[in-house]
Amino acid sequence: MSTDDLATDISKQTENSPRELLTRTFFFLCAGLSIVTTISIVVLLVTEAAKFFTITAPLMGVTGETASLVDFLTGTTWQINSGEFGVLTLVSATVMITLGSAVIAIPLGVATAIYLSEYASKRARSVLKPALEILAGVPTVVYGFFALIYITPALSVVFPSIGTFNMLSASVVVGVMIIPMVASISEDAMSAVPDELRQAGYGMGATKFDVATGIVVPAALSGIFSSFILALSRAIGETMAVTIAAGSRAQFLNPLNPASFLEGSLPMTAAMVQLLLGDITGGGLAYRSLFAIGLVLFVITLIMNVISDFVAQRYREEY
Amino acid sequence: MSEQNRDEQRTGDAGSPDPTDDEMLIQTDVSESVERTGASFDRDTVVSARDINVWYGDDQALQNISMDIPEKSVTAMVGPSGCGKSTFLRCINRMNDLIDSARVEGDLYLRGKNVYDDDVDPVALRRRVGMVFQKPNPFPKSIRENVTYGLKIQDKGGDYDEIVEESLKRAALWEEVKDQLDESGLELSGGQQQRLCIARAIAPDPEVLLMDEPASALDPVATSQIEDLIEELAQEYTVVIVTHNMQQAARISDQTAVFLTGGELVEFDDTQKIFENPESQRVEDYITGKFG
Repeated sequence: MSTDDLATDISKQTENSPRELLTRTFFFLCAGLSIVTTISIVVLLVTEAAKFFTITAPLMGVTGETASLVDFLTGTTWQINSGEFGVLTLVSATVMITLGSAVIAIPLGVATAIYLSEYASKRARSVLKPALEILAGVPTVVYGFFALIYITPALSVVFPSIGTFNMLSASVVVGVMIIPMVASISEDAMSAVPDELRQAGYGMGATKFDVATGIVVPAALSGIFSSFILALSRAIGETMAVTIAAGSRAQFLNPLNPASFLEGSLPMTAAMVQLLLGDITGGGLAYRSLFAIGLVLFVITLIMNVISDFVAQRYREEY
Repeated sequence: MSEQNRDEQRTGDAGSPDPTDDEMLIQTDVSESVERTGASFDRDTVVSARDINVWYGDDQALQNISMDIPEKSVTAMVGPSGCGKSTFLRCINRMNDLIDSARVEGDLYLRGKNVYDDDVDPVALRRRVGMVFQKPNPFPKSIRENVTYGLKIQDKGGDYDEIVEESLKRAALWEEVKDQLDESGLELSGGQQQRLCIARAIAPDPEVLLMDEPASALDPVATSQIEDLIEELAQEYTVVIVTHNMQQAARISDQTAVFLTGGELVEFDDTQKIFENPESQRVEDYITGKFG
């Protein structure tokens, strides 16, 4: 073959061929779609929420009723009819459900993950993993009425003073709901721990317990933490179950006082459902408060995700 | 060794004691040392295998392995891939128990005690037998914690600082890491990681040190350091090393066992004899590179 032929043969032909160009553009558009959607939602949330507050409304060219930003962030009363929008009331309820579900989901989820990854036989795993996935697939509305119809009556045997709508049963169902998430992500992290490390442990005369708790869990810690944060983000954003189980009466509760779990309140998500179901008029103050709550919710979950990323980076082990 | 010979050997050992028999009987049986492959050595026997057969599912990986491994020396296991040399190594500390499909038959005595007796706890056994693996596998913990791991899981007391220093010195790593004991073991180079694994294995003072191709993932300089170290260690420890590198076996071992395809132990003798004047034609062919 002559030199000329070779030069032609190896010159650029494939990089910008129509097929490559077309597929590359298609994939780019698909990836871009999610970015565009995210940005649009954030812009919408911020601009609509800005119309809600006295301090920012003029910037948006909005006149009429507005609410004080300071009252919104520090107030502990949520009474739409009397114009009191203290979002802390709703945040306290959400925090309670998050804490309560964490107490249930973190130990049970991690224990499940350790069992699946280190102890379970192939056979047990082949039954348990799909069962967990089914648990994750149960519609959340089912969890909600399950809490209302079964869990609350059961709890009232132990706590006679418990209300029909209460934070405890809401926390329990949300906790159960996010167990599969903790278990599955933690299990992935544990399974990713190289087998050489387990072999090293067993070779040293470690028991299964030593290997699971002393080698596998520490090596998988970043993934396990990520699972907590992701699952708790889910608990914060969970809507249907808490709307049904936690009630509709907004009251500020102290999340650190166990007794307040026996009472009902209105988490952020449930408050938004309530607003949407009520006869709020477009453009009114109540309508705009929806976006203000939405923005708070978004900021909280965003912070959680940033923490999750930070933890994953900081504690990741390179083998 | 011919098929017939091995058959005789199996029947010869058929009277091996029941696992429930007392220690005395077991001791007697070992001292008889009837028919095994190769010569007996001057030193005391630490590991003695009798008719070890191993299956993975339906595939037989080892056939009637019987051999006596002498103390405070380097015993090399060589042979082509899949000949069962690593499998045999893992019989000594019962690591094969961790593989669901593996089945081991026969007797293997560690200082006279059959490790396949019903009353032997493989976890406790592994605390007396150190193991170093092919790929360096330090824990994602500090250098100090790596070395003390074996002591901690055994709840062994003692001066940990002293043991850390002593073990790292024996593993020829102390000078390089003495100022960074609290840094992660994963930050060391491959060769250093492997020496750390050796330090970790010898820290609890094991009876035997098993090494499964410990230098095969390392560069030539690190390999040569590991080889020097193994020869040093053999002054105090019984080292059993699997290697696919014939030159390595010739350089560092006192005895060499040649396994060939099918999981048979073809010849086991002083390294010099195996390499200069093997009994078996197959061993000679393998060593001179005619097959395998």
